[in-house]
Amino acid sequence: MLKVRNLVARYGDFQALFGVDFDADEGRIAALIGANGAGKSTFLRSIAGLMPSKGGEIRFQNDDIAALPADEVVRRGISMVPEGRRLFRSLTVEENLRVGAFAGRSGRWTLETVYALFPVLKERRSNPATALSGGQQQMVAIGRALMSNPDLLLCDELSLGLSPAVVKDIYAVLPRIRSEGVSIVVVEQDIDMALRAADEIYCFMHGRVTLRGAPADLDKDRISAAYFGIEGH
Amino acid sequence: MVEWLDAILQGVLLGGLYALFAIGLSITYGVMRLVNIAHGDFLVLAAYLALWPVMQMNLNPLLAILPVAALMFCLGYSLQRVLLNRTMGPNPLAPLLATFGLSIILRNGLQQIFHSDSRSFQIGALGTDSIPVGGGIPVGVFPLIVFLTAAALMVFVSFLFSHTRIGIALRATSDDSETAGLMGIRARHTYGIALAISFALIAVGGVFAGIRTTFTPESGPAALLYAFEAVVIGGMGSLWGTFAGAVILGVAQTMGAKIAIGLGILTGHLVFLAVLFFKPTGLFARTQ
Repeated sequence: MLKVRNLVARYGDFQALFGVDFDADEGRIAALIGANGAGKSTFLRSIAGLMPSKGGEIRFQNDDIAALPADEVVRRGISMVPEGRRLFRSLTVEENLRVGAFAGRSGRWTLETVYALFPVLKERRSNPATALSGGQQQMVAIGRALMSNPDLLLCDELSLGLSPAVVKDIYAVLPRIRSEGVSIVVVEQDIDMALRAADEIYCFMHGRVTLRGAPADLDKDRISAAYFGIEGH
Repeated sequence: MVEWLDAILQGVLLGGLYALFAIGLSITYGVMRLVNIAHGDFLVLAAYLALWPVMQMNLNPLLAILPVAALMFCLGYSLQRVLLNRTMGPNPLAPLLATFGLSIILRNGLQQIFHSDSRSFQIGALGTDSIPVGGGIPVGVFPLIVFLTAAALMVFVSFLFSHTRIGIALRATSDDSETAGLMGIRARHTYGIALAISFALIAVGGVFAGIRTTFTPESGPAALLYAFEAVVIGGMGSLWGTFAGAVILGVAQTMGAKIAIGLGILTGHLVFLAVLFFKPTGLFARTQ
């Protein structure tokens, strides 16, 4: 579905990605783990069209999307839950969700089905989005991304600033979203959470993928070696 | 006492005209952080655009407003798409310089074509009629038309922003243009619509200003200044705040002129400076 080969990205003189290969398959959850600055967010932003890639290719359903801007990428079926949620502060909860549908893709995700997934949002539909708790704001951000009826959902740091209990609730909905035919890529700092939720793990370090595999095939030592660049103890 | 009440009332009505100058500036700043230095010169351009059908075809200036506003709407959209979108980015100086250049081009271009004779529009008795509102205070019919038009357009724009798809897209872009892009909102189009609305509003303001007083190719900077002052007094990012700021500016000017005829515009500037000094975010800024 998504096939990335040898992706390179830079911020000015600083090279953030050094030839990343990545595959996302239909109906699966992939988790990207790695330390701060390893290039996970840069990788997601490159796919979403928020950042021009400087080499390599990004193919989505066989189309080359590497050069497309974000507003075009979402029309092709990739939507993103950005880091820090980034809700529109002058819009209500429901308006935030409606904006999510502006890409004009139809499908099973509508206001009703998003409210069915997150019933609390229906109660708070007329509130300003920023008046909600952190966990509820994250639900709005996920719902907003689903409203474009994506085939692939990119989630950047879902657990940022949320309590562990809330993070668990948020992660509990990912399998339900997957079961509706949406493939998911999450960036996650918490390795245990990533291992529990994902079908496949990619470990990033210094702008490279240092390890990939199914959670069952990876042991702690290999992960910490890939994560920190040191042998496990 | 009565004459002060009269001054306040005239000031409120004058504020309606300034609101027409200012709302467009408020929108373009709010949506895309564009400070359009040529805002006043485009307002004057709209007045000259109306001059042609009025002179050649004897059209009532009030009837010229609609076609000129439509023309300015298209001009605003094209200008944003063809020129200003290329200047938008992290560097705020680029659009500032581009519109500064446009301002010079417009002023000199109008000077070439129309020379510096001052012009105005005549609307006959409607321009001078007044109705008494009691207490010996007369209200001019034309200033009342201007104010009511401004208020109606304000309600319309407000509805547009709160209830329509393009309005939601404009607010989302204003909040966070990058995330708006993730939603499929095309900023280049949204920005075009923002400048188009701004230009349609100054077209109305420009023709009304030409009826109320005279204009020359050099009238633009004063209009820009009043618009800018109204936006700052009201507070950035709030459309109704801008409307209120325009009314406050109008009242300050008429009350100053009541003290001494030459003090009107100065008093407006002083109120503006006082707001900048004591409440730099403006009186009605959205709190965040």
